[in-house]
Amino acid sequence: MRQITYAEAIREAIAEEMRKDPYMFVIGEDVALRGGAFTVTKGLYREFPGRIIDTPISESAIAGAAYGAALTGSKAVAEFMYADFSFIGMDQIINSAAKSRYMFGGQAAIPVVYRLPGGAGRQNAAQHSQSLEVLFAHIPGLKVVMPSTPYDAKGLMKASLNDKNPIIFIEHKGLYFKKGEVPEGEYAVPIGKGEIKRQGGDVTVVATSLMVHYALSAAEKLSSAGIEAEVIDPRTIKPMDYELIINSVRKTGRLVVVHEAPKTYGMAAEVITAVTEEALEYLKAPPIRVAGKDVPIPYNKKLETAAIPSEDDIKSAVLEVLN
Amino acid sequence: MNDGVDYVKKHGIDRLREMYLKMNIIRNFEENIFNLYKRNLCYGGMHLSVGEEACAVGSCMVLKETDKIVTSHRGHGHSIAKGAHINRMMAELMGRKTGLCKGKGGSMHILDMSCGALGAQGIVGAQIPIAVGSGISAKLQGKDYVTLSFFGDGASNTGSFHEGINLAAVLNLPVVFICQNNGYAVSFSIKKSIKVDNVADRASSYGIPGVVADGNNIFEVYDVIEKAVERARKGEGPSLVEFKTYRWYGHYVGDPCDYRTRDEETYWKENKDPIKNMKRYLLEKHVFSETDIDSIEFEAKKIIEDANIYAENSPEPETESLLEDVFYAEAENGEVVQG
Repeated sequence: MRQITYAEAIREAIAEEMRKDPYMFVIGEDVALRGGAFTVTKGLYREFPGRIIDTPISESAIAGAAYGAALTGSKAVAEFMYADFSFIGMDQIINSAAKSRYMFGGQAAIPVVYRLPGGAGRQNAAQHSQSLEVLFAHIPGLKVVMPSTPYDAKGLMKASLNDKNPIIFIEHKGLYFKKGEVPEGEYAVPIGKGEIKRQGGDVTVVATSLMVHYALSAAEKLSSAGIEAEVIDPRTIKPMDYELIINSVRKTGRLVVVHEAPKTYGMAAEVITAVTEEALEYLKAPPIRVAGKDVPIPYNKKLETAAIPSEDDIKSAVLEVLN
Repeated sequence: MNDGVDYVKKHGIDRLREMYLKMNIIRNFEENIFNLYKRNLCYGGMHLSVGEEACAVGSCMVLKETDKIVTSHRGHGHSIAKGAHINRMMAELMGRKTGLCKGKGGSMHILDMSCGALGAQGIVGAQIPIAVGSGISAKLQGKDYVTLSFFGDGASNTGSFHEGINLAAVLNLPVVFICQNNGYAVSFSIKKSIKVDNVADRASSYGIPGVVADGNNIFEVYDVIEKAVERARKGEGPSLVEFKTYRWYGHYVGDPCDYRTRDEETYWKENKDPIKNMKRYLLEKHVFSETDIDSIEFEAKKIIEDANIYAENSPEPETESLLEDVFYAEAENGEVVQG
């Protein structure tokens, strides 16, 4: 099968949907000629003149205008250059987009996708490296997706663009130029459906985004020691595919949850709570969280690496939960 | 009032009647809400627009049905002027199931998509970028509608104001930004919050027209908005209009108004009442007799009395509705379901 990058996969999904919907558009900083900071929209301005809209540095206006356009029937993709910049547009995402359908008594549909390049690993330090999925997942009315592979990135973008709710689409800067198998032709990955990325019967490892790759690589190493980890990528943070996770835990009895975002009040806490509520009797050991340190992401490479989980951290957690 | 221009000829009797009726409907609506609030039948923060009726009616009278508005926490008047369903608005303010937002939005989130009222926003300034988005839609969809964004002087100091108006200007969008400068952002006087004389003076920094007008003179409001809307519709871009006006009841129902004097309030009520001023003009020009005026005022009163009866007799929402409408969801057959 053909191999394309994560960035190309997202671009392909956007282009396919723009061909079908003449009102759909992309708005953000440097999204036209430059194709965004990470090339996701590169070249699209040629095929879709007037519909790839470059803006001044005005995240509040980008977020609000994308919402206003969606409210009036134009499907919008709003790109924040870095996930961290979404804070400036946060009011429009949280107070307007997320709440509209509810506070307007069901009169509004808001087909807007907010794209957030997140994650650390590029020595961009504290204001260009955050993992913000949980902040958004906490807000009723938002769906939060977070693909880890080119296949999922394309499929989830297709699903997001066919959903009439505001979507927070979190991409990982460390994944943009990784290639993976993506079939020709159209397909969607349903929002809210996770995937077992590796089968195993000894321990369930739930991981998101870049951490899926770390978890898979840890699992391979553990396999040579005779431990078979089942790696689950929820792919969507909200709604979370609890069924998939709980079914796996029923089989393995052990759970490790991995994410790059800081540990405190993180996704792992939520997933582990849900599992203990539903399947406590199946747990043979207390579940373990492997997560980012509770620090702003530092600049120095050694410190930055230490701030987020490593493959070794995941391996150690698996060994610990098996003990 | 407006010596030199023949507004009777310009608008014709029917439109003048409509303007006068609508301003009276808004005033009655707001005063009814005031009374309901005192009876604990309306709740929360309640921001009335009494004294600012001419801004709403004069602006919206210019519009076509397909045009759109986005408004603020003080948005009852704008929604009514754009044609929002009055009975269902009243029901919404009483938190009833039959309300425009099924009792979940209340005063600060009134929306009636059917007439192009794209919703009130409770966050000051938010309606500015939202109107920009509506303008993008008009352009992308090849439609000739214009979007009005109503906000107060307080919003003019937000980042949304700057980002939104600048973006509309550089994209040349069909939007009219309307600042109803009522002198105060809650208790903070405009004299203390800006160093320029007028909010509209800022238009020059966006390269768009800025106009200051008397917001309590409905004919002046109409003329200024007519020009701005025409410009927008022709594809010549946005404008910033500032109406000087006054909110009689303060920021919210129950505001002690300790930041302004009773003399100041009396001045605006006695000399600058937009309804009284229009009435005087209509009588002076013999458009209507006292009896005609009485009958229009009675009609407005009756509309609000009926709305009140409708709302008071409407049921509360069922508790089960709490979890409905968080998400848009479709069934396999394409039908919209509760999600």
